[in-house]
Amino acid sequence: MNDASTSSILGRASPETAAAALATAPSLATRHAPTLVLVAVLAVLPLVLPNAFYFDVVIRIMANAVLAIALNLLIGYCGQISLGHAGFFGLGAYGSAILTTHYDWKAPVALVVSAAVVGVLAWIVARVILRLKGHYLAMATLGLGIIVTIVLTNESSLTGGPDGMAVGDLSVFGIRLYGERVWYPVFAGLLVVAILVAGNLVESPAGRALRALHGSEVAARVVGIDTASFKTRVFVLSAVVAAIMGSLTAHYLGFITPQVASFHKSVELVTMVVVGGMASIWGSVFGAALLSLLPDLLAHFEGFETVIFGVILVATMIFLPRGIVPSLLRLIRREG
Amino acid sequence: MLKVETLTKSFGGVTAVSDVTFEVTKGTIHAVIGPNGAGKTTLFNLITGVYTPSSGSIRFEGQEIGGEAPEKLAALGMSRTFQNLQISMNLSAIENVMTGAHLGLNSSVVAGLLGLASFGGREKATRIRAAEAMEFVGCGAYIGAEARSMPYGALKRLEIARALMANPRILFLDEPAAGLNHTETHEIEDLIAQLGKTGVTVVLVEHDMKLVMNVSDRIVVLDYGKKLAEGTPAEIRVNPDVVAAYLGAESEGV
Ligand SMILES: Nc1ncnc2c1ncn2[C@@H]1O[C@H](COP(=O)(O)OP(=O)(O)O)[C@@H](O)[C@H]1O
Ligand SMILES: [Mg+2]
Repeated sequence: MNDASTSSILGRASPETAAAALATAPSLATRHAPTLVLVAVLAVLPLVLPNAFYFDVVIRIMANAVLAIALNLLIGYCGQISLGHAGFFGLGAYGSAILTTHYDWKAPVALVVSAAVVGVLAWIVARVILRLKGHYLAMATLGLGIIVTIVLTNESSLTGGPDGMAVGDLSVFGIRLYGERVWYPVFAGLLVVAILVAGNLVESPAGRALRALHGSEVAARVVGIDTASFKTRVFVLSAVVAAIMGSLTAHYLGFITPQVASFHKSVELVTMVVVGGMASIWGSVFGAALLSLLPDLLAHFEGFETVIFGVILVATMIFLPRGIVPSLLRLIRREG
Repeated sequence: MLKVETLTKSFGGVTAVSDVTFEVTKGTIHAVIGPNGAGKTTLFNLITGVYTPSSGSIRFEGQEIGGEAPEKLAALGMSRTFQNLQISMNLSAIENVMTGAHLGLNSSVVAGLLGLASFGGREKATRIRAAEAMEFVGCGAYIGAEARSMPYGALKRLEIARALMANPRILFLDEPAAGLNHTETHEIEDLIAQLGKTGVTVVLVEHDMKLVMNVSDRIVVLDYGKKLAEGTPAEIRVNPDVVAAYLGAESEGV
C-alpha cells in the first residue's frame, strides 16, 4: 500500500524490545499449573470418597463450576448480568427429558437439539436487548427465567407440572451412563475442558476484546471492536453451556422439577461468580464449591440458609469486592 | 480526505456544534482550537461515530460516514484518543495497546476457545509491535506494567500507542498534552511532528497554543459551536475575531 500510514514507524523492534514484549505474555506453565493440580486432585478423589453421597456432592460442585465459568465470561468479562441463567439450564434439562420420554428421541440428539434451540433463543434475546444500554439484559433474562418456570410448571401434560418428571439414562457410544461413579469422570472431564477453553478464550484476541470493552466500551469501539456482537456471542455461549449442563444434570439426576429453572438457582449462579471473583476462572470454581457445599454445612441452621447466603454475598461485596480468589491472589502477590 | 459540511449537533437545548464546515487535506496536521465548551470534543465524537449528527454531512474519502458506528469507521482507517482517558484499567498496559490491532487479528470466539487464534505468530508479532509503539510514544518503561499503576502522563501516551497500532490513515488526538508539564508537552509536540512526517493525516485538539502553532498546517477555530475562523497558523495568529475571542475568554493570548 502506498497509502500514507504510521506503519513505517513500527515493525523494526530491537531484540531488547521484542524480549521485553514477549516477557509480558503469560507463560504456558503459569497458565496450566493450577489445572494440572486440579486434574491430580480429581483423579485421586474417587479413591478416597467414602460413598455415593460424597460423589454426588463433588459432581454437583463440578457441574456448578462449569455453569459459573460460562456465566463469568458474561458477567466478569462482558460486564453483563443474566438473572435467568437457570432458565436456560431448565430448558436444556426439560428439552432432554421431554424429547427422550415423550418422543423417544435418542438422548444425545435431544441434548444437541435442546442446546441449539436455547442458543437461537439467547441470540434473539441478545439481538433485541443488547442494543439498549444499561441493565436491560438483567431484566429481560429475569423475565425469561420466570416465564420458563411458569411454563414448566403449567404444561403438566408434558412436564409433569410442579411434581416434576423422570428422565431416562444417557447412552453414548453404547455406554450407558448410570450412577455417581460413572458420571463422576464425565463431569470431571467437562470441568477440566471448561477451565482450559475459558482460559484459552480469555488470552485470545477475542478475550482481550471482551476484557477491553468491559474496561472502556467507547475505546473498544473506536479500535474496531463490535461490542454488541461480542456480548451477543458470549451470552449465547453461556446460555448454550447452561442448556448442555441442564441436559446432562437431568440425565444424571434421573428426575427433575421446575425448581431447576427457578429464580433462586439463577441467583445462586450469579452469587458463585460474584463471591468467587468476577473475571476469574478459578474464582468461579471456588465460588461453585463454596456455594454448593453451603446448604450441607448450614443444615443445622434450617430455614436460615437464605439469610446466611445473603450475608456471605453482602460481606464479600463489602470486604472483598473483587471476589475471594482475586483478592487472595493480590494479597499473595503483595506478600511475595 | 475528510470533508465536514454544515455539521450540527444539538443536545436538547444546547447546540454543541453548529453549522460547521471545513476540509482536512491528506497528509496534513490540522488543529481544532477554541475555548472550553466550544464543541471540539463533540466534533471529534461526531466524526468518529461516537455521536450521530443532528444534521449536516461528513465525508471520508468521498464516502458519507455521518452516523456510522465507530467500529465501522475504525475499519476505514480512523483512529483516535480521548480527552478524558479511556483506558481499560482491568488490562495490562501492553494489552491496552494490543487492542488497537484488533481488526488485524482473528477475533473469532470459537477460535479463541480452542486456542487457535494465536497460531501463526500474529499474536506474538502484535505484542512486539505494541511494545515498539509504546517505546515510540515514550512509555517504553511501562511495557510490563498494569494500566492501573501508570501515571496520568504515561496513560495519555498509551492512548496514542493504541491508536497507532491500527496503522490509521487519519488520527484524531483530543488534547494530547492536557495536564502534562512543560517538558512532557514538548515531547508530545515532537511526537506529533514525527507522526506528521510519516504521512498520516492528524487532526488535533489542543489548548497549548505554542504546540498548535508549531505543528499545524491548518487551524480551525470554534467558538460556541460555530466556526469562527480557519487558516494557517500565521493567519490565525493575526485574525482579529480570534484574538478578540481569546482575549475575551482567556488571557493567555494567541
Ligand atoms: N453528551 C452530551 N450531552 C449533553 N451535552 C453535551 C454532551 N457532550 C457535550 N455536551 C455539551 O456540548 C458543549 C460542547 O462540549 P465539548 O464538545 O466537550 O467542548 P470542548 O471539547 O470544546 O471543550 C458543552 O456545552 C457541553 O456541555
Ligand atoms: Mg473537549
